Amino acid sequence: MADSADFVVACRVGGGGERFRPYRMVMKAQLRAQLSYRASFSIEVVGGMIMTGLDLATVLVVFNVTSVLGGFSFRDAFLMSAVANLSFAAGDQLVGSIDDMRVQIRTGQLDALLVRPLGLLRQLVSTDFELRRIGRVVQGIVVLAIAAGLAHVAWSPATLALVALTVIAGTAFFAAFLVMAGTVSFWWIDSTEFGAGFTYGGRNFTLYPMTVYGQVFRYLFAYGLGFAFVAYYPVLTLLHRPDPLGLPTWIGWLTPLVSVGVCSVAAYVWRTGVRHYRSTGS
Amino acid sequence: MTAVIEAHELRKEFTVTEKAGRFRRTRRAVAAVDGIDLAVDRGEMVGYIGPNGAGKSTTLKMMTGVLTPTGGSVSVCGLRPVADRTRLALRIGVVFGQRSQLWWDLPLRDSFELLRHVYRVPAVEHAERLRECRSLLGLDEFEATPVRQLSLGQRMRGEITAALLHRPDVLFLDEPTIGLDVVSKQAVRAFLAAIGAAGDTTLMLTTHDLADIERLCPRLVVIDHGHVVHDGSLAELHARYQSRRRVLVDLDEPIDSGERLSDIDQVRAAIVDVGPGVTVEHVSPDGRRLEFGLRDGANAGALVARIAAVASLRDLSVIEPDIEDVVARIYQD
Repeated sequence: MADSADFVVACRVGGGGERFRPYRMVMKAQLRAQLSYRASFSIEVVGGMIMTGLDLATVLVVFNVTSVLGGFSFRDAFLMSAVANLSFAAGDQLVGSIDDMRVQIRTGQLDALLVRPLGLLRQLVSTDFELRRIGRVVQGIVVLAIAAGLAHVAWSPATLALVALTVIAGTAFFAAFLVMAGTVSFWWIDSTEFGAGFTYGGRNFTLYPMTVYGQVFRYLFAYGLGFAFVAYYPVLTLLHRPDPLGLPTWIGWLTPLVSVGVCSVAAYVWRTGVRHYRSTGS
Repeated sequence: MTAVIEAHELRKEFTVTEKAGRFRRTRRAVAAVDGIDLAVDRGEMVGYIGPNGAGKSTTLKMMTGVLTPTGGSVSVCGLRPVADRTRLALRIGVVFGQRSQLWWDLPLRDSFELLRHVYRVPAVEHAERLRECRSLLGLDEFEATPVRQLSLGQRMRGEITAALLHRPDVLFLDEPTIGLDVVSKQAVRAFLAAIGAAGDTTLMLTTHDLADIERLCPRLVVIDHGHVVHDGSLAELHARYQSRRRVLVDLDEPIDSGERLSDIDQVRAAIVDVGPGVTVEHVSPDGRRLEFGLRDGANAGALVARIAAVASLRDLSVIEPDIEDVVARIYQD
C-alpha cells in the first residue's frame, strides 16, 4: 500500500515544487484563517512596522547628538542598520513563529505534528506562518532602498549583488538564531528572555557599527557568534573602507559562508533538541 | 511471519528534578517504561492497559517516533520509529485522545482535505476512504462545522477518520473513548471493531475503559510501573488472577439453625458443604442477603441446592467476573 503511494508520488514529482506541496497547502489554510480576522490583521501589520520603525529611529536619534559614530557618518552607518533590519525582518517572517513552539511543547501538541509524515521544523513554520510580520519586511525593503541612495557607495552590478547576497545570507543567519533560541525550549520551557538576548539582542547589536562596542562584547557577539558579518563587514566592502579592526576588505563577501556555518550549528542544535522532547503526560 | 510491532527491552527514563532544600535540587532518573518486550502480528487487536503513570502513553509515543527510547529497541512496520519518523508516519495512524490532528478554525472537511495533501493520498482513494468513514461514523451532520465548535464525541470521530484516511497498516489509539458519552463510545467501538474485522489493520489501543477491551481486543497487555505484568487473552487474565463469579442470594428469612445467622462464619458453618472453590464473601446485617464467590470450576447449582435445603430462596443472581476487579487487584499489588 505504502509502496504504491510512494510510486504515485514519485510519478507526480516534477521537482521541488511537489515536495513542498503539503507545506504550501497547510500554510494557505493558516493564512486563510488569519485573514478572516481582517481588522486584527491590519492592526498587527501596522503595529509591527511601527515597532521596528522605532528601533531604526533610535539610530537617527543617536546621530542627532553626534555626527560620527564609531568612525562612521550617519549615511554609512544607516546603511548597516538598514541591511541588518531587513535581514532580521525577513528571517523573522520565515521562522519567527517558532516562538509559539513553547506553547506546543507545554501542551504536548507537538506530538500531533511528530506523527505526520513531514519535517517538524517546516511544519511548525508553515502551520504558524504569520503573514502579519510581512509589514516589517516591506518596511525593511523601503528603508534599505533609501539608505542605499544616501550612502557613499558606487553602485554597480557587483555591489548590488553583494547587497542581495548579504540580505539573503543575513536572513538565513537570523533565522538560524531564531531556531536555536526556540530550540532551547526543549530543555527549558520558559526560555523566551534567554533566547531573545541572542535574537532581538543580536539584531539591535547589528544596527550599529561594531566599532562602537567594547572589546569583550565585540569579540563575543561580532566574531564569536558572527554578527559582524550580517551588515558591518559587507557594508565596509561596499564603501571600500579598510576595517578599523584590521581585517581585509574582501571579508565582506564571506557572509554566506558564515551563514552556512551558523545554519549547520542550528540544524545540529535543533536535531538534538527534538531528541530531547519529553512530551507531556497521557 | 514477522511482527508488525516489535519491542525488545524497551526503556524510557525521564530525569526528574526535585527541590531539596532552599537552593539545592536533586536530579534522578525515573523509568516510565522499564524493559518491555512485545511482539504484535499483522491484524491483531491489542488492548494496552495499566494505571495512570504505568507507561502506556510513553510506550505508544516511542512506537510512533514521538519520543526517543533511552534503551532497548523498537520497530514498527520494519522501521525505526525515531530515525525513520516521516516514512513510518505514512504507514501508521495515530489518535492521541488529548491531541488533535485537526485544524481548529477550519471545518472538519477542510482538515480532511489538508491531510490528503499531508499524506499525499491520491484524490480517488481519499474520497473512497472518506465515504466509508462518513457512513460508519455518521460524519455528515457535522462535516461543515469548524472543529472548535464540535462536541468531544464528534471531534473524536473526526480524529479517527483523520488517522485512517491514508489507510495505515497500524492504528495506535491513546484513550480514544476518554470523556465520550455512551452513544459516541458505542459508535467509536463499533467502527474500530469493523476496522479490526477487515483484518489488515493492526490495532493497538490504550484505555481505562475496560468495556473497550472486552468489545475490541482479544489480546490484552497489562503494564504496571513500566513492566508487562500480563500478556494474553482476557480469559487467561481471569484464570491467572483467580477471578470469581459471584452468586448473590436473597432469602425470605435469615438461615435459622436455632438462632438467626447474620455473620460470615456462622453462615459458613450452617451451610457445611458449600462445595469446592466456593467462599462466603459477604452477609448483610439482617442475614437475608448472602454473597458467595466461586472459583473456576465451582458448581453454582450445587451451592444453590444446598442453600435451598436450609433456607427459603427469594431471588438469585450470578455475576460474571468483572475485568475491572481483576485489573484493580493488579494495580494494587
